[in-house]
Amino acid sequence: MRERLQALKEEALAKVDQADTLNELQDIKVAYLGKKGPITEVLRGMGKLSKEERPVIGELANKVRETIAGELDAKKEKLEARELEEKLEKETIDVTLPGRPVTLGGPHLLTSIVEEIEDLFIGMGFEVREGPEVETDYYNFEALNLPKGHPARDMQDSFYITEELLMRTHTSPVQARTMGKYQGSKPVKMICPGKVYRRDTDDATHSHQFTQVEGLYVDRNVRMSDLKGVLNRFAKQMFGEEREIRLRPSFFPFTEPSVEMDISCKVCHGEGCSVCKGTGWIEILGGGMVHPRVLEMAGYDSKEYTGFAFGMGPERIAMLKYGVDDIRHFYTNDIRFLKQYHKA
Amino acid sequence: MFVSLNWLKNYVDIDNISSEQLAEKITKSGIEVEGIEYVAEASSNVVVGYVQSCEKHPNADKLNLCQVDTGDEELQIICGAPNVAQGQKVAVAKPGAVLPGNVKIKKAKLRGVESQGMICSLQELGIEEKFVPKEFAEGIFVFPEDAEVGADARELLNLDDAILELGLTPNRADAMSMLGVAYETSAILDTPVKLPDESVNLSSEQAADYVSVTVEDAELNPYYGAFVIKDVKVKNSPLWMRNYLIAAGIRPINNVVDITNYVLLEYGQPLHAFDYDRFGSKEIVVRRAHDKETITTLDDQERELYSNHLVITNGQEPTAIAGVMGGADSEVSEQTKTVLLEAAYFSPAAVRQSSKDHGLRSESSTRFEKGVDPERVKRAGLRACQLLSEYADGIILQGPVEFDELNCTEATVEVSTEKVNERLGTEITSDEISDILRKLHFGFKANDGIFIVTVPTRRGDITLFEDMVEEIARIYGYDNLPYTLPAGAGQAGGLTSRQSLKREIKHYMEGAGLMEAITYSLTSKERAETLVSPEIREHATQSIRLSMPMSEEHSNLRLSILPELLASFSYNTARKQANLAYYEIGTVFVSPVAEKLTEQPRELLRVAGAVTGDWLLHPMQQEKKQADFFLVKGIVEGLLDKLGITATFKQAKLEGMHPGRTAQVYLGEQSIGFLGQLHPSLQQSYDLKDTYVFDLDMEALLGQTNNEPDFSKIPRYPSVSRDIALVVDQEIPAGDIKATIVEKAGALLKDVQVFDVYQGEHLQAGKKSIAFSLFYQDPERTLKDEEVEASYQAILSAVEKNHQAELRG
Repeated sequence: MRERLQALKEEALAKVDQADTLNELQDIKVAYLGKKGPITEVLRGMGKLSKEERPVIGELANKVRETIAGELDAKKEKLEARELEEKLEKETIDVTLPGRPVTLGGPHLLTSIVEEIEDLFIGMGFEVREGPEVETDYYNFEALNLPKGHPARDMQDSFYITEELLMRTHTSPVQARTMGKYQGSKPVKMICPGKVYRRDTDDATHSHQFTQVEGLYVDRNVRMSDLKGVLNRFAKQMFGEEREIRLRPSFFPFTEPSVEMDISCKVCHGEGCSVCKGTGWIEILGGGMVHPRVLEMAGYDSKEYTGFAFGMGPERIAMLKYGVDDIRHFYTNDIRFLKQYHKA
Repeated sequence: MFVSLNWLKNYVDIDNISSEQLAEKITKSGIEVEGIEYVAEASSNVVVGYVQSCEKHPNADKLNLCQVDTGDEELQIICGAPNVAQGQKVAVAKPGAVLPGNVKIKKAKLRGVESQGMICSLQELGIEEKFVPKEFAEGIFVFPEDAEVGADARELLNLDDAILELGLTPNRADAMSMLGVAYETSAILDTPVKLPDESVNLSSEQAADYVSVTVEDAELNPYYGAFVIKDVKVKNSPLWMRNYLIAAGIRPINNVVDITNYVLLEYGQPLHAFDYDRFGSKEIVVRRAHDKETITTLDDQERELYSNHLVITNGQEPTAIAGVMGGADSEVSEQTKTVLLEAAYFSPAAVRQSSKDHGLRSESSTRFEKGVDPERVKRAGLRACQLLSEYADGIILQGPVEFDELNCTEATVEVSTEKVNERLGTEITSDEISDILRKLHFGFKANDGIFIVTVPTRRGDITLFEDMVEEIARIYGYDNLPYTLPAGAGQAGGLTSRQSLKREIKHYMEGAGLMEAITYSLTSKERAETLVSPEIREHATQSIRLSMPMSEEHSNLRLSILPELLASFSYNTARKQANLAYYEIGTVFVSPVAEKLTEQPRELLRVAGAVTGDWLLHPMQQEKKQADFFLVKGIVEGLLDKLGITATFKQAKLEGMHPGRTAQVYLGEQSIGFLGQLHPSLQQSYDLKDTYVFDLDMEALLGQTNNEPDFSKIPRYPSVSRDIALVVDQEIPAGDIKATIVEKAGALLKDVQVFDVYQGEHLQAGKKSIAFSLFYQDPERTLKDEEVEASYQAILSAVEKNHQAELRG
């Protein structure tokens, strides 16, 4: 019996070794380890054995059984792994083919610029305020020290609706409204972005509708050096640490002293080149110390309060920062233009 | 303002600074130099030559053969100019000369005769046609007799003069004169100002015997000075004066006119010269015009006047529109013997009115409009007399005859070192302030850091402490201000929740595949009133119109964002960009009346979008999905879901929209917008293929949002789902059935979704089958079958009752 078991083991293991498919393995399993298989048969015949021999043979039979089962499992695993490998091989795709596109939109370049400006000033403690695009003559002009007949009104020919209502020509009325609301009761620190309108014929550098972001800080002891410091910080964050700013005296009816701010040319860093028309500097925004009459009209005591204000055009900033060559691009909404900036 | 640097040198020393450096300094201290130009492009080797003889060219009728002495050599030059003549002093480009435009002059043979150079016209020397005096316009330029033979013509003609183009802000009217610029330069460079000579020798005669002056409205004309100059010889003005006028952009005419223009530029004070003998009377009366009175002005235009125009009259008829233009009848001509010279102060408002009404803007009117220096009015008259006596042989009568109620008081402004530093954030010393005031030529009394400054009348813009602060700061140098950050009590800064939410909505739209567009708020009347959402239409039947639009394309304020958005689609599809998905957030302008508004319109924020063409495109996998109704509805639903808003959609028929594919969106009973497919005929007018749009009321969205949801537990027990397929009449909206299900299902129903709609075979005609998936869940325990069954049965009987629905067999 011992020899018979040994022979069965050799025979089964040889078959397992030769088996090449999972089916063959299954057949071997049934043939050798099944209820009608030879090992079961051997075990059945154990009754004929002596008391001493029985456990020995029994143990041997079980060992043979386990060995065969173990080999079968090992071989099965091997064959399964091979089969999976073959299956995966067949599933191979050309990974260089294009993926299924995700339809993704994006912000308009002007929105990106405005939000960038908003976030920079929010970081310096400013709030964002909005106001109506159709303004009263009072808030658009008079409250800003531009009484009727003032020559500086020539500077911004406007779209009037009635004698008293017009499309706002700047976002400064939002400042006048905010100050007017507080009537001198507390400081104001705000920026106001929005659409503005002027009677300009649309061309590469003019648009009858454009965007402005204006800022205002009114408090006790606000100094002109604060304006310089805040604008410097803004310019460096917006355009790069290496850029310098330069303030020049200028004139606006609502500020005194008034400034025009230039930043050093990105291309020549102040040396003078064609981009900056040889000056080394590029004009970027206007501002100044809030005119005492503007403060007084909004209910602020100009002896107690001082402030600074500034205003800039996101279109111009976008044109400088990204080299956009025609202001009309911002409003024609050519998909080929919009797409260029939707990664921002 | 064009500033000739050679001219400026007469008043202030700028020899040690380059024109570029000077321009930079002027710009940095407050007057922007917009450009540096030169009178003419560079030329070389052009000298004064004397025409010794001038004969006809033997072989050509129109050419002359000239022998010209150029000092060091005699040249034979062929000249085609009609005005060349023996005895003239002319500009000769010698062989080897280079003229503007890089024209090289060489010896050449013209019709068989050698020509050794060229006799030049001013144009050939680079002077613009419009500045060339008329007598030289058609030929060569002729120097005055005293020009030195062999001298550099370029220098004599001031061709190398650099011209600064000043961009003046409205407050700096003082710099509209050479003297003003001289004071500015003096302050910047700290050099003295040399004032022109105003001294004149007077005749024994009295101007008052020749003319009287009456002013009817002293407010409009507080000063009028009439000078009388006799025995004037009208001729060319001196070359230097002509050069300066050309440099400043004014064409020389004759000595009398040139002198008034010269003084205008020098003093910033407009003057007017009448021909005394043609004036028409011996009295000057300044008054408001009578309505419909007429005058023929110097440009030979007859102009109708009204009582808001100020005129100079001879007691009868207008002889000039004050400050704007003189009359043709009393114009100075070659024959003029006696000049009546006006130096006056006209009020800015009066001149602005006339200049605007008659469309006449001149060097004079622009200066009067900005306000001339009261202290310089009479002095300018004297200066002109001095020049007339010297260059027109005029005899100056004693005078002038004046009307004078002009206020020449200098303003005083008090500043203190402490306050200046407080405002600027600087540490300027009192000594530095004194020094700045001295450089500015401002008078002042200083006492312990307090300055009482007397502002010269030429700087009428300075009346307040703040104005003085600017003066001090700009001379001190804006570059020298420190950089500081506000010391005031901090404020956190930040967006309001409304502003943040607006940004979130933008991000959602972009994530959903829409590109942000920005279109014009001003559009045509037709577009402004197209695709207007019902809740807007309810409050505005018409769009607001501008009182004076620039074009009909941008005449009205939009009531809807969509039309311009669709126009941008047209723009793109015309450029073969057919797959488009845009959104825009912006205001529409709602007013109950379209014209004669008495108050501001309501500005309502909307979010609108449009989609056309292929939405999903992956040709490799044969995937191609066109935009459709459900795409825009899905975008809108997603937005509402994100904002936590429950809205309902109802079938609607709206103008411009597909009658069967349009949904109106409601929040409760309130309409908040619409979505759907464009009506084919509207679509066609924009030249678009199938296009789907939505337009929603942002105010409603922002107002309703609960953007801080409470935490709800993640369920620990499984949900149970059941499907229910119902057969109903075709016209019953799925939304209605869903509403019934939600109402009757009980609290355990968490969600219900349509997953199939079927019409056709196996169903009766006019019927459709709609299948819903129902999801039940109790967060606290496992559901029992009986509970779900009970709900299911309740739903079934409710839909049977409400919608005559049958369970699909």
